[in-house]
Amino acid sequence: MSEQRKGSTQTVPPSEESSAHREPSAQEQAWEKNTLQPALEKNPERQTEFTTISGHPIRRLYTKADLANWDPSRDLGFPGEPPYTRGIHSTMHRSRLWTMRQFAGFGTAEDTNQRFRYLLAQGQTGLSTAFDLPTLMGYDSDHPLSEGEVGKCGVAISSLADMEVLFDKIPLADVTTSMTINSPAAVIWAMYLAVAEKQGADWKEISGTLQNDILKEYIAQKEYIYPPEPSMRLVIDTFEFGVKNTPKFNTISISGYHIREAGSTAIQELAFTLRDGLEYVEWGMHRGLHVDQFVPQLSFFFNAHNDFFEEIAKYRAARRIWHKAMVERYKSKNPRSWALRFHTQTAGCSLTAQQPYNNVVRTAIQALAAVLGGTQSLHTNSLDEAWALPTEFAATIALRTQQIIAHETGVTNTVDPLGGSYFVETLTNEVERGAREYIDRIDAMGGMVAAIERSYPQREIAEASYRYQVAVDKKEKIIVGVNDFVAEEKPLDILQIDETVAHRQAARLKKLRADRSQAEVDRRLNALRAAAKGKENLMPFLYDAVKSYATLGEICDALRDVFGTYEEVAIT
Amino acid sequence: MPEKKIRVLIAKPGLDGHDRGAKIIARALRDAGMEVVYTGLRQTPEMIASAAVQEDVDVIGLSILSGAHNTICPQLMKLLHEKGMNDVTVLVGGIIPEADIPALKQSGIAEIFLPGTSTQDIVDFIHKRVALS
Repeated sequence: MSEQRKGSTQTVPPSEESSAHREPSAQEQAWEKNTLQPALEKNPERQTEFTTISGHPIRRLYTKADLANWDPSRDLGFPGEPPYTRGIHSTMHRSRLWTMRQFAGFGTAEDTNQRFRYLLAQGQTGLSTAFDLPTLMGYDSDHPLSEGEVGKCGVAISSLADMEVLFDKIPLADVTTSMTINSPAAVIWAMYLAVAEKQGADWKEISGTLQNDILKEYIAQKEYIYPPEPSMRLVIDTFEFGVKNTPKFNTISISGYHIREAGSTAIQELAFTLRDGLEYVEWGMHRGLHVDQFVPQLSFFFNAHNDFFEEIAKYRAARRIWHKAMVERYKSKNPRSWALRFHTQTAGCSLTAQQPYNNVVRTAIQALAAVLGGTQSLHTNSLDEAWALPTEFAATIALRTQQIIAHETGVTNTVDPLGGSYFVETLTNEVERGAREYIDRIDAMGGMVAAIERSYPQREIAEASYRYQVAVDKKEKIIVGVNDFVAEEKPLDILQIDETVAHRQAARLKKLRADRSQAEVDRRLNALRAAAKGKENLMPFLYDAVKSYATLGEICDALRDVFGTYEEVAIT
Repeated sequence: MPEKKIRVLIAKPGLDGHDRGAKIIARALRDAGMEVVYTGLRQTPEMIASAAVQEDVDVIGLSILSGAHNTICPQLMKLLHEKGMNDVTVLVGGIIPEADIPALKQSGIAEIFLPGTSTQDIVDFIHKRVALS
């Protein structure tokens, strides 16, 4: 196991400092001598070193000696107060449960609208939209590159007409909606705002979340269209527009989820996500926005992986780092900027195709970590998602998992039940320190855009991902049903999306193009192009374009004309 | 004299950008002594077939997770055939429903590796396959 440690990308493994300073009490020393040593001689431990799923070393026992420099009034505080280690609200889940927000989307807008209404009827409390790959890449469903991909990984949305169907009979004034869209986020948001307006909902009152996190696309998920500079401009345009027009809408969800899914460690997930957050803050301030004007509308999104305590430590450390950065680095005066609010999704990459019913158990444990870590909103994966998008049956169990945690386990009865645990507090300190080291390194490179251009985070993640795969192949890390406890099994009934979705979409687009005023579409797309060449905020131009039923592909193409496209340097 | 190294093209077709698997396989095959070319993201079947000819590879590994395999694989096999690359071994790794596997194999895909496959199994398969041809 020491190999793993040697291969670590952190120059100083975070635990070494604390172990070096560790001064066990006389009682602890006596325990080691009188109780531990004889026991070890009789029954040696199963491994020479124990590590988290991220390869972070874990001690046999944590005691007061591990928290020698820990000051509870400074490092822990009280819930709802800085540094927010214990949570951002004083009563946490006693007053309000997290939002149960299941990510859904497949086929056409009609198909997904039905699933949305089903989930709301089952007691889900917010919506979350998955778009298909053509939509995520800014192509219409009838584009040649969309062939084979329409409606497969999410819902196909090519124009405002599709968006109107997607939210048909769903009151956007009452339901908060999250939209997982990044490169074309501003366009899809313009469509959403147009639907809200048509329903008569007040923009000042509507709430929801636009993912809109382009930096993690370059780092991990790779659904980018334009180069970083113009992409960042679009993001800041949405911040600026949101401050003025939709004060309750989260204009971004700064996401570690995809970074973790790409194979990062917990510390890398935390560090890259928070450094992305700081990058957005700096670009927003550079635009001339005041930090406390737009930061309250920034939200976060983390993964909940298998390693229970490491995940809890990660969420607690996230709040502490963010608070400190806002106050010290940006001189923020508004507590609403200091409190890091986050959504969590259980780890898709932890689901196994083998013995898929075991995924219900994995997801439940991951969800519990998110709840104990103080999440504001949660998606639990379905048991069949290593194979396909979930069936209604599987999606219902996933939602019920959250309802069981919320209403049956009692974990919501008290705030931060793990606060003060020697282990959890030590791990929180170590994860925080590891993340800060990364943040300092990226600062030294000139910020996240510069680091991305050097492939720094991409390379760190690829290293960690390969290290984990080697550990799994060598059975140093066990995945039940995959590299141990293997069994023969029957295939699962899964959701299949056929090509009729693509045909229906193509027919609908043909009709749309015939029915709309082409002259008006051209005029508005030309206005968008002209504005993109200058420095104006593009949101009003995007809004005008979508209202004329210009398609997503046409709008993204207009911006491609001006911004160009981006290709990464492929590293392996 | 050292044996000629096995040449592999790892390709990521379609619009999906999830490249964790493709990168792991590229590195594992390289660590196993093969020459590996990774195409990068969003390659069309035409681009993959051309790269396979140009790099004169023995094996093409496609990483597909998006559900587009039934469209992409037959197109690529047809193009390879047109270019006279009938001896190249084409492998698919990713999320492929079991019901789709027979048709893919029928179209000429040599093997399909599902989630959870160890990298050693893929290395062994390639060694065995290339030794036979």
